[in-house]
Amino acid sequence: MYVAVKGGDAAIENSQSLLAEERRGDTAVDELDLEQIKQQLSLAVDRVMTEGSLYDEDLAALAIKQARGDIVEAIFLLRAYRTTLPRFGASEPIDTGDMAVRRRISATFKDVPGGQILGPSFDYTHRLLDFTLAANGEPPAPTPVAEAPVDEAMPRVTELLNQEGLIEQESADDDQEVFDLTRESMKFPADREARLQNLARGDEGFLLALGYSTQRGWGRNHPFAGEIRMGEVAVEFTPEELGFPIEIAEITVTECQMVNQFKGSSEVPPQFTRGYGLTFGHCERKAMSMALVDRALRAEELGESIEAPAQDQEFVLAHACNVEASGFVQHLKLPHYVDFQSELVTVRALRKAIRESAANQEDPGMPPAAE
Amino acid sequence: MDGTPNAATPETLAGYNFAYLDEQTKRMIRRATLKAVAIPGYQVPFGSREMPLPYGWGTGGIQVTASIIGVEDTLKVIDQGADDTTNAVNIRRFFAKTAGVATTEKTAEASIIQTRHRIPEEPLRADQIIVYQVPQPEPLRFIEPREAETRKMHALSEYGIMHVGLYEEIAHFGRITQGYNYPVQVDDRYIMAPSPIPKFDNPKMDHMPALQLFGAGREKRIYAVPPHTKVKSLDFEDHPFTIESWEQTCALCGSEESYLDEVITDDRGSRLFVCSDSDYCRTRRDAGHEGSGLPVPAEPDTTASEPAGESS
Amino acid sequence: MIDRDMAPLLQVSDLSRHYGGQVGCEDVSFELYPGEVLGVVGESGSGKTTLLKCIAGLLPPSAGTVSFDTRVDGPRDIYAMSEPERRMLMRTDWGIVFQNPREGLRMNVSAGANVGERLMAVGARNYGEIRGNAVDWLTKVEMDLGRIDHLPETFSGGMQQRLQIARNLVTQPRLVFMDEPTSGLDVSVQARLLDLIRGLVRQLGIACVVVTHDLGVVRLLSHRLMVMRGGRVVEHGLTDQVLDDPQHPYTQLLVSSILPV
Repeated sequence: MYVAVKGGDAAIENSQSLLAEERRGDTAVDELDLEQIKQQLSLAVDRVMTEGSLYDEDLAALAIKQARGDIVEAIFLLRAYRTTLPRFGASEPIDTGDMAVRRRISATFKDVPGGQILGPSFDYTHRLLDFTLAANGEPPAPTPVAEAPVDEAMPRVTELLNQEGLIEQESADDDQEVFDLTRESMKFPADREARLQNLARGDEGFLLALGYSTQRGWGRNHPFAGEIRMGEVAVEFTPEELGFPIEIAEITVTECQMVNQFKGSSEVPPQFTRGYGLTFGHCERKAMSMALVDRALRAEELGESIEAPAQDQEFVLAHACNVEASGFVQHLKLPHYVDFQSELVTVRALRKAIRESAANQEDPGMPPAAE
Repeated sequence: MDGTPNAATPETLAGYNFAYLDEQTKRMIRRATLKAVAIPGYQVPFGSREMPLPYGWGTGGIQVTASIIGVEDTLKVIDQGADDTTNAVNIRRFFAKTAGVATTEKTAEASIIQTRHRIPEEPLRADQIIVYQVPQPEPLRFIEPREAETRKMHALSEYGIMHVGLYEEIAHFGRITQGYNYPVQVDDRYIMAPSPIPKFDNPKMDHMPALQLFGAGREKRIYAVPPHTKVKSLDFEDHPFTIESWEQTCALCGSEESYLDEVITDDRGSRLFVCSDSDYCRTRRDAGHEGSGLPVPAEPDTTASEPAGESS
Repeated sequence: MIDRDMAPLLQVSDLSRHYGGQVGCEDVSFELYPGEVLGVVGESGSGKTTLLKCIAGLLPPSAGTVSFDTRVDGPRDIYAMSEPERRMLMRTDWGIVFQNPREGLRMNVSAGANVGERLMAVGARNYGEIRGNAVDWLTKVEMDLGRIDHLPETFSGGMQQRLQIARNLVTQPRLVFMDEPTSGLDVSVQARLLDLIRGLVRQLGIACVVVTHDLGVVRLLSHRLMVMRGGRVVEHGLTDQVLDDPQHPYTQLLVSSILPV
């Protein structure tokens, strides 16, 4: 007698127990601690915080450990936790002009007030595997301290262009309530604030590919890296009962301001346009990709024809979230045998109909039809 | 369904609210659900939350269930008609853990049934609610990918294109070939995706006494069919809607009426046909019904080997 | 076929459309009677396509009105209608044949479904009848019925245009807009298509507005002619009169610059 397969609790529990074992690996090797992940895999932590939309290095490190280094899975863990947190409200806008800058470069000017500051960067490393790291490494020699501290004033490069009116002005409407992508469903066409929120938590790989596509002519927008800066900014919050802002945290962010294709009309003289990218931590590739895609998505507002994928907001925004994408791609693993059965019934019926109509056409009195 | 806020009962997961979602979120989902009930078949956008289960795995259904479930409720969860498929087990575990409610495999005993891909064979009653998990709520999506455009098509009842799709199937295959997620029109107004249930189940939706709720988490939509509401499957006068049928009966309970799954039993393609609704099948067997227990050999395929020249 | 005793089918009054500070078309007025074919000629940038979009309900004008004599309620300003009403009108009593068949056809469904769509949109629910209508109209536009289940993608440019025409005429509209219906086609294909359009329009008594840069097209199809330049109508009259005895210097230039058809 056939007995139907039972999935059941036991199978799930055993699978999860195996997963835990695999995560731990060889127990003769020391367990990874969260401090190690935070300190030594800090860019992974930064990415998980950015796309997980939660600035918490400890939780991000825990998510990375629990996910066995699967970054998208770690982002998912952090998001699922984030969604359960109570909300107090929105912070004051952070002021990246007032950043304690650790890295700051501009590709549009040789020098700018405040100077170019390379900071910690892979940019000019020769990508040679460092075998001393494999042999447990040695503590790196201390970096020499600069003779003078960086300038207090570090104006944003776009503001320098602004003084000449060479770049479009952007100002927030402070009276307007901030749209919250995590609480409301996105409506199309989406405003720029909704788009930027979506891109900020969007998958780095997806945005990288889209940004790259604009450079290859799929929605070209002539970008210059006006400025990339990374460092610490204060987060301020105004509690209702106080009525004035108080500083609640200091966070690291990376900001990219692209200066793009100029525009002009009979009313407005030619001006450069902008694309904007911002991430938690140090996620430079993501910030730059985001800025390219932000600019591409402004095509309609700037009167450009929408021809390339990166310019198509329904295409970009509906597919940027890797938690959504990963879930839906992987849901194909779930049983679909009821639907497949329905297709089987249909295909068999169609084939049967063809067989029968062929059989009916057979006439033994006639010679076979000529070719 | 008792919707009063509850603290998690002692045996449920520490640190989380009853049924996982906070009360504020539940209220938001209930508001969307009420609007959905008031406009049968209309997709109501809602602020879908990130759930601890992956998108595409029932997050919409789970949020709807979590917002309507109360301590008095008895929950049944099925996937492909069965209570024991891993995803059904997993979602049941989730609610057992976060809400501590009673669960059941018996359709008749459940006050809420969350389902993926099936409607139970046993007719549902007015005191029950069925919650469907929906991967793609927009029946027009595969014809028109743009949300801005599909919303307009719904608003203006511009639905001719749905019949264009059916026309194409008849033109190419001689019949309507859509097997699951077969589009319906609700209350003579909105075209609605019934979720990927087989069309076999579509007639059950029509004038069902139970409230039918549909949750799409990833796509952030909720829609509903109120009790006793007309649900019509799209068709043509001369190609009326029909449902799947089998020459076989259930090998376990002998049912001639239920939706059958087929299980391959050997490497020669022998197949066993069994009820997809595991509770229905067991109830029948408990009542003394019995099937042949035998697999069916694969039918030889003669279509491809027709002599040349005869199909012209 | 033109019935000037009846009320005009379409009445365009003082129509202007500006883009920012630029003029698309300016101060255009005309009447179109049932069964009448009006040609609109001009070079690219003359405003003829803007005018067509405005009167076909695709682009709201900056000023002026477009009034259509509806079957039920008589003359109505199409931009004062609700959007559902206007869209219903556009898929029943009106037709639009686009220069680019991709705009006018559904490229991913068969020729038969393209013709049947308008019928299904207004409630036809009998497959056999819809199919019969598709066969009928594909025959009228001289298409090979063996192609009825093929995708428009596989058709030649001339066939795609004929399919567009069939798709529009299936609901028996009283007014059809055509935007450069023959441009981009080979000369011999053009001639056949024009012949077909002329035959159908006359036989069915359909009123048409045909926008083209090709004087040969309007000479063959249209009763009356409007010549546009810089967004304005510079000359307006019976086609033969305008072409044989052009009054405006710009029309004279246009006429002298083409070979006689």
